[in-house]
Amino acid sequence: MDFSVPAVLPYHIKSRAKMDNEKTHIIPYKTILYVLALLITLTLTSVAVTQIYLGTLTVAIALVIACIKSSFVLRIFMHLKFENKIYILAVVAVVLVLCFVIILTLLDYLYR
Amino acid sequence: MNMAADTHRDDLASKTGMWLFLFTEMLLFGGLFVVYTVYRYRNPEAFHLAAKELSVFIGTLNTIILLTSSATIAMSITAIQKNNKKLALVLAGITILLGLAFLVNKYFEWGEHIREQIYPGSSVLALRGQGDVLFYGLYFFMTGLHALHIIIGLVFIGIVTGKITRNKITFDNYVLLENSGLYWHLVDMIWIFLFPLFYLIT
Amino acid sequence: MNAQKDIAEPSYLEYKGKYKGIFAWIFSTDHKRIALLYLFSILTFFGIGATLGLLMKIELIAPGKTIMDAQSYNAFFTLHGIIMIFAVVIPGLPAVFGNFLLPIMIGAKDVAFPRINLLSWYLYVTGVTLVVISQFAGQGPPDTGWTFYAPYSFRTTGTMLPAVFGAFVLGFSSILTGLNFLVTIHRMRAPGMTWLKMPLFPWTLYATGWVQLLATPIIGITLLMIVAERTLHIGFFDPTLGGDPLLYQHLFWTYSHPAVYIMILPAMGAISEIITAFSHKTIFGYKFMVASVLAIAFVGYFVWGHHMFTSGMSGTALYTFSLLTFIVAIPSAIKVFNWISTMHQGSIDLQTPFYWAMAFIFVFMIGGFSGLILGSLAANVHLHNTHFVVAHFHFIVFGGTGFAFFGAMHYWFPKITGRMYDKTWANIGLVIFFIGFITLYGPMFYLGFKGMPRRYFDYDEIFHAGNIVSSMGSLVLYSGLAIIIINLFASLKTGAKANSNPWGGKTLEWTIPSPPPVENFEEIPVITHGPYHYQ
Repeated sequence: MDFSVPAVLPYHIKSRAKMDNEKTHIIPYKTILYVLALLITLTLTSVAVTQIYLGTLTVAIALVIACIKSSFVLRIFMHLKFENKIYILAVVAVVLVLCFVIILTLLDYLYR
Repeated sequence: MNMAADTHRDDLASKTGMWLFLFTEMLLFGGLFVVYTVYRYRNPEAFHLAAKELSVFIGTLNTIILLTSSATIAMSITAIQKNNKKLALVLAGITILLGLAFLVNKYFEWGEHIREQIYPGSSVLALRGQGDVLFYGLYFFMTGLHALHIIIGLVFIGIVTGKITRNKITFDNYVLLENSGLYWHLVDMIWIFLFPLFYLIT
Repeated sequence: MNAQKDIAEPSYLEYKGKYKGIFAWIFSTDHKRIALLYLFSILTFFGIGATLGLLMKIELIAPGKTIMDAQSYNAFFTLHGIIMIFAVVIPGLPAVFGNFLLPIMIGAKDVAFPRINLLSWYLYVTGVTLVVISQFAGQGPPDTGWTFYAPYSFRTTGTMLPAVFGAFVLGFSSILTGLNFLVTIHRMRAPGMTWLKMPLFPWTLYATGWVQLLATPIIGITLLMIVAERTLHIGFFDPTLGGDPLLYQHLFWTYSHPAVYIMILPAMGAISEIITAFSHKTIFGYKFMVASVLAIAFVGYFVWGHHMFTSGMSGTALYTFSLLTFIVAIPSAIKVFNWISTMHQGSIDLQTPFYWAMAFIFVFMIGGFSGLILGSLAANVHLHNTHFVVAHFHFIVFGGTGFAFFGAMHYWFPKITGRMYDKTWANIGLVIFFIGFITLYGPMFYLGFKGMPRRYFDYDEIFHAGNIVSSMGSLVLYSGLAIIIINLFASLKTGAKANSNPWGGKTLEWTIPSPPPVENFEEIPVITHGPYHYQ
């Protein structure tokens, strides 16, 4: 069956052409390794912190550190820092939806 | 039959599709985090004490293994972008080895518990009390589901490695490698949260 | 205008590619053929589900055992629910009309991932097969209701695992469809079709895609937990092991409430298309319609507790969920207002799809208002688990999604098949069906209010008269359905040939031949105006 290229190009082909003109962003090896070092440091920090008894703060700190680690994985390893902002928005939105579901569920358990 | 699908390539669509799939995985594990939150809230002491029985050393080691594997797959993408096929293959290979190392560690960890008759449904576990049942139920289910995703990720990276070898993935056509990397990073991030929630709540 | 092109290119029905016979269909990645594969499967299961419903109504025509015993009745309402929810209304409009129309309405040649689209259908077939297997394997069919509540779902001897896993697989199918549609809409709109120039049916598919994507995994994991309970005795929902059965309900409804928005949003989109077309007028308040659709999808995530008002939740949870439930009704009301306003001073063409749309508005409003009654805490205590609830969801789901599905079938029939349906029989079918529908479900509001429980095969004599009326209604409804479906099938053979735009519609599907060629458009159109540019 004949397939003729349409006279007017759809959006996606236009933007791919655009991408070819722009330089694709490449993350340097060094950056990745620095981030890895940072992630390992944060991991060891969280282990150290939780060896000290701080009550409920212990877990809170561990989770905050986990969030910081995740943000580096998302922004650097998963390239979100260099992508269209809409992707970060989507990730944040999804996380917020999940948080809200947990909060609503806890409204039951906390107040029974 | 569908010509349009074969003749145009849209890398951004492919990557967007992968991100959307990652969102479903986040919600899948999210449901388990809901369960964890509720039962942790209801059994704080039991969870705290049970967590002490897990090996922080193996947990930390596994965390570092996974973080490193995320770095290697990310570097593999840099390598392919710089048209360094050999380095890309080496790094992808290292990622797979690290993933396998994680699974081996997990095997020994689980084996330890199972030898002591601590597993879902065991009478020994039931005798220890409801908090312990829930903690270990969540531990096995969540790390088990996570391990399944590690296996899936390794298969994905394995397939991608094959494609790099056969020049199906090159410096100007590497969205599949990127997508396998995205999946792998998600698996890493889930562990980033599982680790403190099971090993560090002591 | 398209006559020359009709001769030049084969339609998607006639196209001959790599495969022959049935394989040309079940291996096809053409979104239009996949849509018809879904239509065939969904109609089949709708027929099975409707027959189960009819048999349940025959059982309920008199107190005590009529044609089946209590255990059978439990199995019947379980299967009826599983089929209707997971195999009919959730896939329903997106899988059939979304698949067929979405690419065309945004000026694309197919969806973003055609092979994943076919995979979605394969997963659908696998899922329903597993559900069917659960009926015949093991110690007896599932008897938990489609809601699989813990702890009964892991204690019953009924064959739960295939049914639960089947639902899981069906969920995966739904996720992939949603994912596909989201990427399609983001990446493949024709040049000039900005977001706010997109017609409303694609907008609803967009919002629905997000719900499919983000809500379905929750039931996925919950079903896996039920499997773990049954096989490993893991304890998450088992009170003897420290679990909370109510947590199951939370997780289950966290998906299953957004699921009803998966059902209704595309239905509302189809209704918008039908009303604009037959009023020959642009939609009233396009931006509010778009905002409402997104608002329904978003707020709909956070109201699930209204299924659990009498289960033992905290007071705080009760008020919060009730308040959120009232809030989510507002955008729906805005849409109804805008549909009516669209009709006002329009140039109305009274056709079958338009009658369906008007019927939709009528029953949807009744269903919606009854939902507000159920959303009120005090009323809910009296009405929960009665036939009032059964009436509510049949009015809003069967009335809502079902009526929109039939309206869409008639509206897009000429486009999909290239023929016109027989209008007289279509209208006769509709009238008989509608009378049956009201007669069947109307009395249930009264019966529920008076205290008749749901999911019981027996009832007190005081409910007898209402049940006779209701069961009579089911026979009339079933007959009406038969006329409608037979008419459509017959029209495939004997209907008059339709041209590309029998209704004078303005959206892109009406600019291409009926039935469309494989690649939809000879040339991707360039859009310079809004979707409903009637003068």
